[in-house]
Amino acid sequence: MKTVEEIRAAIEAALPGAGVEIVSNPSVSGQHSLRLRPSHAVAVAKFLRDDAELALDFLSNATGVDWPDKEVTEKVKVTRTVRKTVDGVEQDAEETVEEARKRVEPGCLEAVYHLFSVARGHGPVVIRMKTVNRTDQVELPSLTPVWRSAEFQEREIFDLYGIVFSGHPDLRRLLMWEGFKDHPMRRDYVEPDDFEYEPTAHDEVLKRAVAHQAKQEAAGTVAGAAGVGSGVAAGREGKGAGA
Amino acid sequence: MSTSGFVAEKDKREGWNRPPVIEPDGEGELLEVSMGPHHPSTHGVFRMDVALDGERVIRLKPVFGYLHRNHEKIAEGISYLGSMPFTDRLDYLCPLTNNWAYALAVEKLTGQAVPERAEYLRVIVGELTRVQNHASSIGFLIQEMGASGTPLMYAFKAREKILDLFEELTGARMMCNYMRFGGCRVDATADWLAVTRKVVEELPGFVDEFERLLRGNEILMARTQGVGILRPELAVNAGVTGPMLRASGVNYDIRKVDGYGVYNRFKFRVPLGDHWDVFDRFMIRLLEMRESIKILEQALKDIPGGPVMDAKAKLRGFRPKPGEAYGRIESPKGELGFYLISDGGPNPYRYRVRPPSLINLTVLEDMALGQNVADVVLIFGSVDIILGEVDR
Repeated sequence: MKTVEEIRAAIEAALPGAGVEIVSNPSVSGQHSLRLRPSHAVAVAKFLRDDAELALDFLSNATGVDWPDKEVTEKVKVTRTVRKTVDGVEQDAEETVEEARKRVEPGCLEAVYHLFSVARGHGPVVIRMKTVNRTDQVELPSLTPVWRSAEFQEREIFDLYGIVFSGHPDLRRLLMWEGFKDHPMRRDYVEPDDFEYEPTAHDEVLKRAVAHQAKQEAAGTVAGAAGVGSGVAAGREGKGAGA
Repeated sequence: MSTSGFVAEKDKREGWNRPPVIEPDGEGELLEVSMGPHHPSTHGVFRMDVALDGERVIRLKPVFGYLHRNHEKIAEGISYLGSMPFTDRLDYLCPLTNNWAYALAVEKLTGQAVPERAEYLRVIVGELTRVQNHASSIGFLIQEMGASGTPLMYAFKAREKILDLFEELTGARMMCNYMRFGGCRVDATADWLAVTRKVVEELPGFVDEFERLLRGNEILMARTQGVGILRPELAVNAGVTGPMLRASGVNYDIRKVDGYGVYNRFKFRVPLGDHWDVFDRFMIRLLEMRESIKILEQALKDIPGGPVMDAKAKLRGFRPKPGEAYGRIESPKGELGFYLISDGGPNPYRYRVRPPSLINLTVLEDMALGQNVADVVLIFGSVDIILGEVDR
């Protein structure tokens, strides 16, 4: 099979200006990938599928990855002019100081596709696409028109990660129900406060009960809080009585 | 068929891989039925929104998620080893092949070697899994045809013997948790191998009996032949794998293509379908059972001595180098893959299961449109899914 460099060269020869980047994988698996520009992705995908030598007719796996905003602290050398008194004479002197600067690296959502060739028996070739950010510019082109197997998998990515695939024939949530708001596979997803009264609350449930109670009290709905509180207390008493 | 058949579909217009549009005949009204989520044929909780014109299916939309527990999110919060028992629960008919796929992906990520005896043991338990999965899948298919119970119990007769072997080796019938990164958890005793040889000796007789009972049955043939046809180009384009793909006449078996483990040491054939229908899917599973028995005989004869765990293997507290890996095997349902990204921490940064059951269902609508509603149950049964894996 061709290496990623050769595949990139073949794509560039067929589709000049496609702008495919190689993303190297430092793991021992050696599965390097190609990052496509969303604007050229469908054309490149069609080329990969229809090229006689590559013949990547089988899209096996499509999935999302979440890369949240990252705060990076880096040391920067700054040169500045300082007035100094050297041997009794005041003069300007240059000085290099190391400064720690904090910078927020913007996050993104990524869609990763694993391609194989049934006709030629090779693979995997990994292609990936990145959204601009994680909030409002989360659109990527759908590869379902090229490979039908992306249909449910892209729906799943849309559901769990919130990437919007333009050109998908039937983009709805797959696993969560209609009307569900959040995207559970994102790394900053917060579980909803779904505590319900349990007669024998314990461990995790007890923690959730306390959190729920605090939230209720903060919101000022005391009636609900009292009910939960007595429930938790009853659970404890029950335990004590049993022992 | 020629290998270029499913490469380029240039002569076909855009959207050739979409389900066909079936027009109602104009008499009467359309009936919208919600099949499931507790229909007996769904083997769990799965729903199909079906629009019917008389008996004919005009539209079919599968609805998923009733069994969704976000397995992937759970796995990202625990160590690599911690997910191993969870993989049993994906496809509870084939826990051992699930273990194998996950172990293979982690071994790819870390570059972990596996001793030879462990590879042979993996092949033995993997092929036993395939035999019992195919037997029960056929049993369920016949049951959906209306033959309540009896054929399924025949299938379970062989399955029970195999599950007894699993129980003796791993301690559990279905939640085996047997494989580890770099080998298997426990070694098989000489007694276990002897009993397994005996069970495998009896298996061809079981398959013969099963085939005699079913293959010539007139009702079975009438119900399955020419029903639920899946064209090979569409099967490949829609990512269908496993017995379903081979029933559509496409020669693609990951045991042959990737030759993972020690599969390239065994002689076996890949049966292919000719008519692409439900009957072919049923026959391919029967024939694959025979091939699995061949592999089992060879593996049980050649199994070498030695350790079952690599001496350098680390199970707990290891941190793979940053990077990613995709490992896949030919599970009885199709291509089961695991995609892992490591950020250098003790937990996987991204853990993805490529579920064959879910992706094989992509073409359910294409196969069912225009067929009778009673046949939808059979077509669905011939896909052979487990909802634990579909919804994860």
